[in-house]
Amino acid sequence: MKILLKNLTAINPEQKLNEKKIDILLVDGKIAEFGQNLDYDERSNKIIDLSGKVITPGFIDIHVHLREPGREDEETIESGCKAAAVGGFTAVACMPNTEPTIDSAEVVDFIKNKSINNIVNVFPVAAATVGRKGEFLTPMLELKEAGAVAFSDDGVAIKTASILKRAMEYSKMIDLPIIEHCEDESLAFGSMNEGINSTLFGLPPLPSVSEDLIVMRDILMAQYTGARVHIAHISSANAVKMVREAKSKNINVTAEVTPHHFTLTDEALKTYDTNLKINPPLRTQKDIEEILLALKDGTIDCIASDHAPHSPEEKELEFDYAPSGIVGLETSVGLALTELVHKKVLSIDELIFKYSINPRKIINLSIPLFKVGEKAEFTILDLDEIWTVNKEKFASKSKNTPFDKRLLTGRSIGICNNGRMFLNGEFVA
Amino acid sequence: MPLSSRHLLGMQNVPKEDIQLILDTANTFKEILDRPIKRVPTLQGKTVVNLFYENSTRTRISFELAEKRLSADAVNFSVSTSSVSKGESLKDTVKNIEAMKVDMIVIRHSVAGTPLMLTKLCDSNIINAGDGVHEHPTQALLDLYTIREKIGKLENLKVCIVGDIAHSRVALSNIFALKTMGAKVSVCGPSTMIPKQIEELGVDIIYSIDEAIQENDVLNVLRIQLERKAREYFPSIREYVKYFGINSERLEKNKKDILILHPGPINRGVELASDVADGPYQVILQQVTNGVAIRMAVLYLLGTLN
Ligand SMILES: [Zn+2]
Repeated sequence: MKILLKNLTAINPEQKLNEKKIDILLVDGKIAEFGQNLDYDERSNKIIDLSGKVITPGFIDIHVHLREPGREDEETIESGCKAAAVGGFTAVACMPNTEPTIDSAEVVDFIKNKSINNIVNVFPVAAATVGRKGEFLTPMLELKEAGAVAFSDDGVAIKTASILKRAMEYSKMIDLPIIEHCEDESLAFGSMNEGINSTLFGLPPLPSVSEDLIVMRDILMAQYTGARVHIAHISSANAVKMVREAKSKNINVTAEVTPHHFTLTDEALKTYDTNLKINPPLRTQKDIEEILLALKDGTIDCIASDHAPHSPEEKELEFDYAPSGIVGLETSVGLALTELVHKKVLSIDELIFKYSINPRKIINLSIPLFKVGEKAEFTILDLDEIWTVNKEKFASKSKNTPFDKRLLTGRSIGICNNGRMFLNGEFVA
Repeated sequence: MPLSSRHLLGMQNVPKEDIQLILDTANTFKEILDRPIKRVPTLQGKTVVNLFYENSTRTRISFELAEKRLSADAVNFSVSTSSVSKGESLKDTVKNIEAMKVDMIVIRHSVAGTPLMLTKLCDSNIINAGDGVHEHPTQALLDLYTIREKIGKLENLKVCIVGDIAHSRVALSNIFALKTMGAKVSVCGPSTMIPKQIEELGVDIIYSIDEAIQENDVLNVLRIQLERKAREYFPSIREYVKYFGINSERLEKNKKDILILHPGPINRGVELASDVADGPYQVILQQVTNGVAIRMAVLYLLGTLN
């Protein structure tokens, strides 16, 4: 590998770097030269002009469901990584609700091995309790050693306060976060947000207080144990306010939001499209306003897609019978650029914090730097390209998106990682 | 003037002219129901499938009779909900039915939105015979018809829907249709049975049954679900009867002249005392008769659209 990239705008807030007209010489997966007006024609076997494009430290999506092992008809580690590459991610963290559950070192090894030569790094999140059943702790020390980066019973919240307390106490010892899907089990039987729209559409309601209760519980437990808790797919305004307050008290809490929760409201469900059935459900404009505020003020640390592939047979069912979840890897960055950057909610620097720097810190990964000698791990963005989402062209095996045919402004055009480079839909190295 | 839509999925957004047309057409059909030979050839050669994913013998029979009296070929297709998970998907079932060249599908399903889903799966005219706790448009139309028949108008009439509003498909359809026709609508029931933010639809919430009786011209009393799961929503039947049940003593104490509707089947001694269910104010059996006429009107208007 020997490639010269020319005329990029390089932005890395971690280095306080924001420079135009940057050329980068990549040699064997590393940054060999970095600066303006590099001229290495004879030494590089490929020169790519990327005028006007932005290069950022590699994006990571810390909440994806890769479905392997267990539901390889919906997604595999390979197809999920391809979707990540198309979407602009050099790394993903995959959730443990597979079949079998990621609750042993063997399953972590299996996933690590499957992704070993991939351009996208896969970091398994292991279950916090065996089988995600909320009874016994998983072997967290062994799981960490095998490569797990966090613990979560995602799909459900950790069942009881008692096992949550033990999980936090134990994970604190190895400084890995507990990632929580916040939903009170006794209130978790609806298919859409409770409010005027559930009343209008006649769908069983899922109240936002179900999320708030567990967020409050988890914050209090994190305060009590001193452990780190990361709130997955936060969606309710109240929950956001609780996180903000907890942060002001220096409690170890972080939070992520999905692009669909800052883009769509429950009103969209008037079509009864099962691709809008998500858990937590789409909420209201008021919730979105609080989320945007929280993205801006840092209450919400990162954006993660909750990429949840489902087969058409499962999604083409009556609304209540269809499973929750949508794919998100290939629309995440486009939605964020459209809804956040172009609408002036976040600056591009702030967006890089949400997609790279903050999520990496949450799971203890180092931040890729633009320096000679460093590993080349970056995402290339075209901030202004207007494009239309086409689910038929998804690299993901599943097409369950509510964003098909949506017009977006800005996207990732490529990534570089592990000595390979993916640009405009193909591998150039 | 034909109907503005080729399906009847709910009463939300059905314009006043359409409601008027259906009610007026039902008038004509009601006359036919009083003749010795209760059959017209209007829908001869048309096939209607009654696709019922939920047991509702009354609604199904009402539709079936309406179809037969219009000379349509009526076919019943009942799927028990318990076998759905193992059996054929709705999509496959509908594709199969469609392949048999049917013209209209009457669907009853426990999941809201399923009738809308059907409109995307096939070309038949779809009639919603009740979807989840969403809508049951022909019930609302027959309620409106019965009220208009008895009182002579709908505009400025005060109508209160009483009971388990949150778990009713009748309530929402009634609210939409009555409001379109200019009636003033309120709901009355225990607060756990009032769906979230319903006041945003422009209906008043009343927690006192006595007040509901005093303030209204019409009470549309809903059936209370007595199954175990539904019982989470109120402390006991005894308490419900005491504070929300309607008996003649209560009616007389508050007001004499009132019209009482009930979509049936009645829980006697729960939402309605027997002396009310059989009493002079109720029009429960007229509703049943009118139901056939209304369904004939809807089938006729949709079936002759194209
Ligand atoms: Zn989750």
